[in-house]
Amino acid sequence: MGDEVPGVATRDGAAGPRSLFDKLWAAHVVREETADTPAVLYIDLHLVHEVTSPQGFDMLRERGLSVRRPDRTLATLDHSTPTTPPGPDGERAYYTPQAKAQVQTLERNCDEFGIRLEGWGSDYRGVVHVMGPELGATQPGMTVVCGDSHTSTHGAFGALAFGIGTTEVGYVLATQCLPQRKPKSMRVVVNGRLGPGVAAKDLALHIIRTIGVNGGTGYAIEYAGEAIRALDMEGRMTVCNMTIEAGARAGMVAPDQVTVEYLRGRELAPSGDAFDDAAANWLALATEDGASFDREIHVDAADVAPTLTWGTDPGMSVRLGEAVPEGDTPGRRRALDYMGVTGGQPLDGHAVDVVFVGSCTNGRLSDLRAAADILRGHRVSAGTRMLVVPGSESVKRAAEAEGLDRVFLEAGAEWREPGCSMCLAMNGDLVPAGKTAVSTSNRNFEGRQGTGARTMLASPATAAACAIAGRVVDPRAEAAREVA
Amino acid sequence: MDAFTRLTGPALVLPQKNIDTDQIIPARFLTATSFDGLADGAFADWRFDANGDEKPGCVLNEPRAQTSPILVAGRNFGCGSSREHAPRALLAYGFRVVISSEIADIFRNNSQNVGLLPIVLPEDQHARLLEMDGGDLTIDLENTVVIDADNNKYTFDIDGFARYCLLNGMDRLDFLLAESARIEAYEAQHER
Repeated sequence: MGDEVPGVATRDGAAGPRSLFDKLWAAHVVREETADTPAVLYIDLHLVHEVTSPQGFDMLRERGLSVRRPDRTLATLDHSTPTTPPGPDGERAYYTPQAKAQVQTLERNCDEFGIRLEGWGSDYRGVVHVMGPELGATQPGMTVVCGDSHTSTHGAFGALAFGIGTTEVGYVLATQCLPQRKPKSMRVVVNGRLGPGVAAKDLALHIIRTIGVNGGTGYAIEYAGEAIRALDMEGRMTVCNMTIEAGARAGMVAPDQVTVEYLRGRELAPSGDAFDDAAANWLALATEDGASFDREIHVDAADVAPTLTWGTDPGMSVRLGEAVPEGDTPGRRRALDYMGVTGGQPLDGHAVDVVFVGSCTNGRLSDLRAAADILRGHRVSAGTRMLVVPGSESVKRAAEAEGLDRVFLEAGAEWREPGCSMCLAMNGDLVPAGKTAVSTSNRNFEGRQGTGARTMLASPATAAACAIAGRVVDPRAEAAREVA
Repeated sequence: MDAFTRLTGPALVLPQKNIDTDQIIPARFLTATSFDGLADGAFADWRFDANGDEKPGCVLNEPRAQTSPILVAGRNFGCGSSREHAPRALLAYGFRVVISSEIADIFRNNSQNVGLLPIVLPEDQHARLLEMDGGDLTIDLENTVVIDADNNKYTFDIDGFARYCLLNGMDRLDFLLAESARIEAYEAQHER
């Protein structure tokens, strides 16, 4: 140890300056990795939902195992759930009997294995990545996993959070651990401030376009810089959520006072003196000056503008007003053809059939406020259907308390029950084939929102502006029209 | 899961880049509570029209597709969601190996966990396989090499532990359960 040179970065050594990711990793190693075996990594919080867990619980039963730490496991219902209220008979309109059976299976599994379930009737049920932070279950310094790729969302708190498959769900249920190789590290530094009318979602899309949909493969990403520090927790969650769309399993932001104040008073966060002690530990997680990264990217926030995807992966995006690329590669030709978009022209003016505001990316209160601020006093275009789906029961309650539901309903939008809904369209909330949807969700893959559906990803403000116009418009132009 | 050691057979080529897990198996096939019957969901929207009829011109509907145990796919295969249904649907359809120049992290993990061998080759070698026209490939996991019909050999890297598990058809649960004492010690030491 005595020969370490101060200030020289070592990736894994304790002596050099360490990154947030290095600290998170080191603090959870139960057994170090070797050439022959991966590390055994301890998992602090395991989030569970109905779609990717049933076979994991079956694995326990087949092997005669119990859930090692039900107190570190938290479940909810979100993907297969209807977003219409129950009928007068209390029956919920599941899309298929199988969807209902899947929900009931999770209810039974949670009962059998003693896991807390925020299910029907809970004040907190919601999209798993909205619910965890709201409850204060997600905390800085934790490792968080879930059978869902958007688990990267929780990295906004300075946690190491990533999506896993169902076999791994079974492993975590049984052992609270995962075999893991340490990924490489990347830092994305966003300098400057986002301009007025530019949202965290626009920044996320800009970053994905910059590094590519596979640019993050093999890496864990830390987001840093003035523009990231200036985001509130919900904006940071939006950026970290979209990390997987750049290929990286985990995205994270160092905890700061914004993080601490968000968590203060949350149900599952520490309270009293314990909170102050915890907060001091959280703030000490920040990346130290001189820590090294395998790759570093610099982004200028001034380059970010309201952005919309034109193609069939989240990297195929343009700023509003910017021309869509020509079909100069097979991939681009296929995407333009699928989307019904003309290369060489801006998207502005393109007809919009459906607008979806919601999801683990943009289904939180600030997102609904941003959409409502644009919609207030306007009507959704006659030919356009707009669906607003709050991310959780808590979001729904808070939005209704400040009258956002009235804004949406008076504009002619639908105000739904919480869930994943039209983001992946497995609950029956579908975009019809050939129709174009502007969505605040995270994936514009072919068929993502329904077979043949055409998805353009955007921020809540852009989505709301498009709903009013019935075509693609810049939300800043909409705001300008208001002033005029 | 089934062990994988060595295999020789025809390869099916899907040259598209960024084939995501929603293409491999659309979300509407995810409401089951078991992993049975996933073969019908494999590339369902590529193979079938709205009436459930086979789409003409889709290579996945050609007879050779059903008998090809090897899929050679464009760069960044398996991006998108964490659904383990994706590699399982490919297995159910009949694939045992996926070769690309880049395979998404979660999909690769899931594949290794369920017995689908993910192989990443350098761009130039991958490009040659994308252009191959018929002929068998041999996949030798023991020696981590792909051999084409002209006896060209392409050595690939794979994590040693993943290779060991695939060769022995061993899942990782026993590995983790063997660490119980260390896990208990960790929980005590770190107040977990």
